[in-house]
Amino acid sequence: MHTPFCKTKCPYCDFYSVTETARIKKWVGAVLTEATRYRDAFPRFDSLYIGGGTPSVMNHDEIEGLLEGLSDAFHFDDTTELTMEINPDDVTKEKLAFYRSLGVNRISLGVQSFNEQEVRFLGRRHSARQAQDAVSLVAQGGFAEFGLDLMYGLPRQSTRAWLQTLRKALSFGPAHLSCYQLTIEGDTPFSRLSREGNLPLPDEARQAALFLETSNYLTGAGFIHYEISNFARSEETLSRHNVKYWQHTPYLGLGPAAHSFAGTKRWWNVRSLDAYLKNLDEDTVPVGGSEELSAVQMHLERMLFGFRTRWGLEASDIFSEASRATLEDLCDSGLIELHDKRIFPTVKGYLFADRLPLMISA
Amino acid sequence: MKHIRNFSIIAHIDHGKSTLADRLIQYTKLVDDRQFRDQILDNMDIERERGITIKSQTVDLPYVDEKGREYELNLIDTPGHVDFSYEVSRALASCEGVLLLVDASQGVEAQTLGNLYAALEHNLVIIPVINKIDLPVADVERVKTEIDNELGLDPDTAILCSAKEGRGIEDILRAVVERIPPPSGDPEKPLTALIFDAHYDSFRGTIVSCRVFDGTVRPGDTIRLMSQGTTYRVEEVGIFRLAREPQKELTAGMVGYIIAGIKTVSDTRIGDTITVDARPAPQPLGGFKDVKPVVFSSIYPIASDDYQSLLDALEKYKLNDASLVYQKDSSAALGQGFRCGYLGLLHLEIVQERLEREFDQSIIMTAPSVQYRFYLDDGKVLDVDNPLYYPDPGTIKSSEEPYIRANILIPERYVGAVMKLCMERRGVNSQMSYPTPGRVEVAFDMPLAEVIFDFYDKLKSITQGYGSFDYEITDYRESNLVKLDILVNGEKVDALSILVHRDNARERAVRVCDRLKDEIPKQQFKIAIQGAIGGKIIARSTISAYRKDVTAKCYGGDITRKRKLLEKQKKGKKRMRIVGNVEIPQSAFLAALKTDDE
Repeated sequence: MHTPFCKTKCPYCDFYSVTETARIKKWVGAVLTEATRYRDAFPRFDSLYIGGGTPSVMNHDEIEGLLEGLSDAFHFDDTTELTMEINPDDVTKEKLAFYRSLGVNRISLGVQSFNEQEVRFLGRRHSARQAQDAVSLVAQGGFAEFGLDLMYGLPRQSTRAWLQTLRKALSFGPAHLSCYQLTIEGDTPFSRLSREGNLPLPDEARQAALFLETSNYLTGAGFIHYEISNFARSEETLSRHNVKYWQHTPYLGLGPAAHSFAGTKRWWNVRSLDAYLKNLDEDTVPVGGSEELSAVQMHLERMLFGFRTRWGLEASDIFSEASRATLEDLCDSGLIELHDKRIFPTVKGYLFADRLPLMISA
Repeated sequence: MKHIRNFSIIAHIDHGKSTLADRLIQYTKLVDDRQFRDQILDNMDIERERGITIKSQTVDLPYVDEKGREYELNLIDTPGHVDFSYEVSRALASCEGVLLLVDASQGVEAQTLGNLYAALEHNLVIIPVINKIDLPVADVERVKTEIDNELGLDPDTAILCSAKEGRGIEDILRAVVERIPPPSGDPEKPLTALIFDAHYDSFRGTIVSCRVFDGTVRPGDTIRLMSQGTTYRVEEVGIFRLAREPQKELTAGMVGYIIAGIKTVSDTRIGDTITVDARPAPQPLGGFKDVKPVVFSSIYPIASDDYQSLLDALEKYKLNDASLVYQKDSSAALGQGFRCGYLGLLHLEIVQERLEREFDQSIIMTAPSVQYRFYLDDGKVLDVDNPLYYPDPGTIKSSEEPYIRANILIPERYVGAVMKLCMERRGVNSQMSYPTPGRVEVAFDMPLAEVIFDFYDKLKSITQGYGSFDYEITDYRESNLVKLDILVNGEKVDALSILVHRDNARERAVRVCDRLKDEIPKQQFKIAIQGAIGGKIIARSTISAYRKDVTAKCYGGDITRKRKLLEKQKKGKKRMRIVGNVEIPQSAFLAALKTDDE
């Protein structure tokens, strides 16, 4: 579920959202209309992810209405992973208790950093202090499974400062950590700053070193580095939701700009709340585009995902002689490992995940 | 015959030759105004874009003078570039007179002089025409002085015209009729017809353009091309209007075409004499020579599996351009390709552009080279135009390279800069003259290799467009030559090797190393680029290794975008060549050849 509302927009983020929270009610209605259309095609789910945007800007009635409506349209059971994304400054005891009562069993907190200067630089609504308090509340509030989103590779950020944030994060005992290197996205205030030369990102060598440092630190603490930016405390706490993206598992995305996938087809909704509401109001589909993947494209995506995740890809997926020779070279240089008829990226290989599919033709 | 005039227009590039030809055609109502397309004789896109004539075309203009007498004026169009000077000379040999066109704002230029000499050699009547008199910067009096002093022609005979506005066209046509003599010749004598051009037509084969001097040729005749002794049966003869117009015969004095089942233009030689096999002329017309290429470069397909398609394209291209020669070539770096010989650098560029545009080929061209001569210890003499065949330096007794005599005409204020340029390019034996006040003619002996790159561009830029340049190849002179190799991670990229004068080797090596550094993308390992003579490294640059190539996020909306980027990169990879373990994009090969500093 893509909740396209935020109280304020963060300068690095290019996800679609608007700040007019007064329109949430209309949006909930539209999403539920959209949901009923997929009732037959997607009857059962083992994961529901309420993301955004900032889903925690919804008030109780709105959230309750949304989840009830979705339960009417689709089948969820007790084992369903039900994740809510929350902004630290929205966290209260009551809110958490209310989420629990609605069946939410996993929380994802957009902390980004526990360093005051960094949180401010990232334009977050919360302070470092608020972030700590929020995580404490979540940890004490009975959510055994909560995850934190963190960001690193910030301008002038020292390795020490980043490791401090990580250490702090671990002190709360999270089940999951997403650690994203700051990326300058298309049309954002940060991209303008960057173009003007006012956003000194660390150079490539330093980014690589930070990445390896992060992996090293977290795996040392017992975490599984299962995707470029994702770490889980144990096999049981991997994000079921995230993993679906990388295994060509069918998923349905609702709300403006949400993406869906089934079989060999991918489609995405219009990236505009107005257009989305209008489409559903007029009983037309809010789909903005779609693609049917050819066998070659599916294969390319399998490589794309395979080199990003600990599951790698099947060795039989690589068939040309030249590519097999390349694989041996990559093995020698420590970027991949071959065993059990599968190809696995190493941590060092993760650093080249975008390039590896290019080096292997098929 | 009294009513025939055969003439040509000669001019420096940009002085308005094609525009004037257009006006003459329009005036004689050969084509109606509505159908008229600018520069109608230049019917290749590239000709119209560059404002030059590559393939000359001929047109027969019907003209009626004020007394009602009908004339046939054969305008034989000529290519306007020094690369094609032999074609120009054969076109001139087919005329009795020329219009010598001079731009009223630019005045006489080096090529105007060159053209004048060529016309004088053929004893042609020369009608000076001052064009572009409509321009605000036109200076007719100055140009008249130059015509007097630099060309030695009577400035009072010059006709003023503006081809653009159509002024003076009637005067020109009248002058052609009155001043240029009608052709002479005897229709009863054995046939002698001069081939001055040939075109390929996919339906009819080769269309031979010729000027008949003596005799008559008719369909059904068996003709003989005298230099080769080959014979063909004539299917059709005719004259050129804008389309071909068949005639019963072509006879002494006429200009027209012959179709005789000649398969390709390469089966004919420009400058050759056509006669009738049954009653041959005792000897051919003079002036025939087999033109030899002077600039050489290899062409490789960007994707090695496109070799066959490139071969097909070259074969088709060659149908219409006999002056291009090619043979198979192969490079360790680029695979199979072709070594090509061109009449000059412009010719090379034309071939490259036409292969890409008209034949849809993606190609890599290696650095142009001249033909060097090596005298070996064992007494053998080796002509080498391809660095691949550079002999073992231990066996070379001496080496030579071709020299030109360059003539440069410039306003006086640029003398210093031009002298400096020529000396940097190893110019020697300079000579200066002052044909008119304020203008200087500079002559130099220079190695051809020094002008085939960017000499003309440099000259234009340091003289702000006022410098003009003409040259002829003179002789071979001793030269200290070395082979410069480029190595990528220790592997020689043979396609980037060049033969250079020892004094230029280091500078060239540094430049190529720097260029490649900018063009070769980072890879997982450090890449060393080196320039070397023999085993000695004389220049180097380094590309640091890739440290990271991964994006942080890959969720719903990112996947399609990422896959599309990958698809694009995969396509780009097909256009890369792998040397050792380094991927070198096409752009790197192109950049390495550029000599400019931009």
